[in-house]
Amino acid sequence: MRNILDLEGRLVGEAPIDIDTTRRLYRALVETRAYDKKGTTLQRQGRLATYAPLLGQEAAQVGSAAALDPHDWMVATYRDAGAMWMQGYPWEVLLLSRSGDERGGRPPVHVDVLPPSITVGAHMIHAVGISWAEKLQGTDRIAITYFGDGATSEGDFHEAMNFAGVFKTPTVFLCQNNGYAISMPRERQTASDTIAQKADAYGMVGEQVDGNDLFAVYASTKEAVDRARAGEGATLIEAVTYRVGPHTTNDDPGRYRDPEEERMALDRDPIERVRRYLEHEGAWDTDWEESVQAKASTTIERAVELAESLSPPSPEDIFGAVYEEMSPDLRRQFEQVES
Amino acid sequence: MSELTLAGALTDALATALDKDQRVLVIGEDVGQTGGVFRITDGLIDRFGDQRVIDTPVAESGIVGAAFGMAVAGLRPVAEIQFMGFSYPAYDQILSHVARIRNRSQHRFSAPMVIRMPCGGGFGAAEHHSESTEAIYAHIPGLKVVIPATPYDAKGLLLAAIDSPDPVIFLEPIRLYRLVREEVPEGYYTVEIGKARIEAEGTDVSIITWGAMTHEVREAVEQLAVDGISAEMIDLRTLRPLDEDTIIESVQKTGRAVVVQEAPKTAGFGAEIAALIGERALYSLQAPVERVAGWDTTIPLKKAEHRYMPTTGAIVAAARRTLDA
Repeated sequence: MRNILDLEGRLVGEAPIDIDTTRRLYRALVETRAYDKKGTTLQRQGRLATYAPLLGQEAAQVGSAAALDPHDWMVATYRDAGAMWMQGYPWEVLLLSRSGDERGGRPPVHVDVLPPSITVGAHMIHAVGISWAEKLQGTDRIAITYFGDGATSEGDFHEAMNFAGVFKTPTVFLCQNNGYAISMPRERQTASDTIAQKADAYGMVGEQVDGNDLFAVYASTKEAVDRARAGEGATLIEAVTYRVGPHTTNDDPGRYRDPEEERMALDRDPIERVRRYLEHEGAWDTDWEESVQAKASTTIERAVELAESLSPPSPEDIFGAVYEEMSPDLRRQFEQVES
Repeated sequence: MSELTLAGALTDALATALDKDQRVLVIGEDVGQTGGVFRITDGLIDRFGDQRVIDTPVAESGIVGAAFGMAVAGLRPVAEIQFMGFSYPAYDQILSHVARIRNRSQHRFSAPMVIRMPCGGGFGAAEHHSESTEAIYAHIPGLKVVIPATPYDAKGLLLAAIDSPDPVIFLEPIRLYRLVREEVPEGYYTVEIGKARIEAEGTDVSIITWGAMTHEVREAVEQLAVDGISAEMIDLRTLRPLDEDTIIESVQKTGRAVVVQEAPKTAGFGAEIAALIGERALYSLQAPVERVAGWDTTIPLKKAEHRYMPTTGAIVAAARRTLDA
């Protein structure tokens, strides 16, 4: 398993990014966590529908997305807000999607990040098709897809990996192995020693990295992105992390795992590790920390205001988005709703 | 103009589209050198190359899912599923993603793509090769479902489907692939999706059908004419969006309706037509709506298949019942 930053925040390998970039990504980690905690709070207050926390997976998402170009494609899931935001999907739009509003699936025009996939596993092949189209059109754009350990059990994982292998598509498969698929542990998903080794079967590179190590995730993803852009095909990265929270706000992990396990996970906290590193490097102090926390908090509060200022979708929004133009039979029903 | 079969017209349509629009590509199992199991893509790989006529692994969900990604990224893929009975592994992709991305993203992303699949029975094939499950596609918001019955319509509808900004399930009745030839214009033309075709005008009874059953209905209309019964034959051509007005206007004129489908009767698309007539033309009816359909059985294999397929005689008898009522 690739590791660059140890638990104490000391380098055990070469830092792939400079201090300024690390400070920028530290801000992103903090902001992602602020969003995530707000998500759980808002759900408890009845202001969001079901929320799927990403707590503990911040480095896996921020570190991987940081290795992309702004114009690269992303196809991710309901637990990947950190990665999606890094690629330009605004917090307020993410909040909107979690509040039960179709307009949360509509990122700004220049952001080619698909709305979060809710079904498990079917979306990986979309990233294959997208990146294949870019290859056929001769662009240098690649696609990254995020999924969990549970998704690797789906048949569509095989079809996506197989197509990517056969057609050498510029795709990065980023598996966040967070230990659980709702209640089922990783061992119930596969008898393989690692998820990364599955890449061998598809003729592509696979690598297992410490998913709570920002530097390792970044380095591994950057290599995969470079390979894809160079026409050398797809890569499967297994970022080993831990789902500190429940599957969703409807889930109770107390029914299937020892709370002690969650407490132990705190020792591997991905953000604290980067903080310690910056402190060792003389690039962190409490004043800066306070400003980082304050800015994250303000940004997320502003996003909540924006998301909640919108009136609910109209029947026009719903009927008008089934097809490019409303068909006559659909218009007849639409008029019944209006009257 | 050239005389083409329905199969030949489809090949002509694909070649026309590939020639006209660089974004169009064909993707599926054995679509390259083999030209597809029904030879619909015959010769296309030689003309357009293997980057635009792409042979894939045997994986229907993968074909549709990859084509979906291509469509989202700006291409216009035409995916071929070898038989309708093999489309079900891709059903999740079609229902959950292809049909929904426009709504899910509120128009930010869309999937302009065509999924072609040969359908229907009557030729003694192995199990799963004779399906008529159009209702499971017609039921899904976001999809258009098209089923041509003539060579002219096949080319024009396929070109319209490829040009459609929304995904189209394009059903090809196997029994009609090489049944007749007709004059088909050369070059580009389209037949509008969502418009039924009145093949024969009549005044006594409306017979509404689609796909391969047009063959039996045509024979039935001729037999009824011999006895002085004037039947109006409607070939729907598109199931979604449904051309309700053509059906309703016809039934308002004739006062009688027979709906003919090859699919099993219960919850088939014919039930939708009958319900529509009940909603919008009940007071024009002089007799109950008749349905002629396959039985609610799995379509039998070769030796007993003929006991399943709706016959010309059954259609004639149903039309007569509406007149005797």
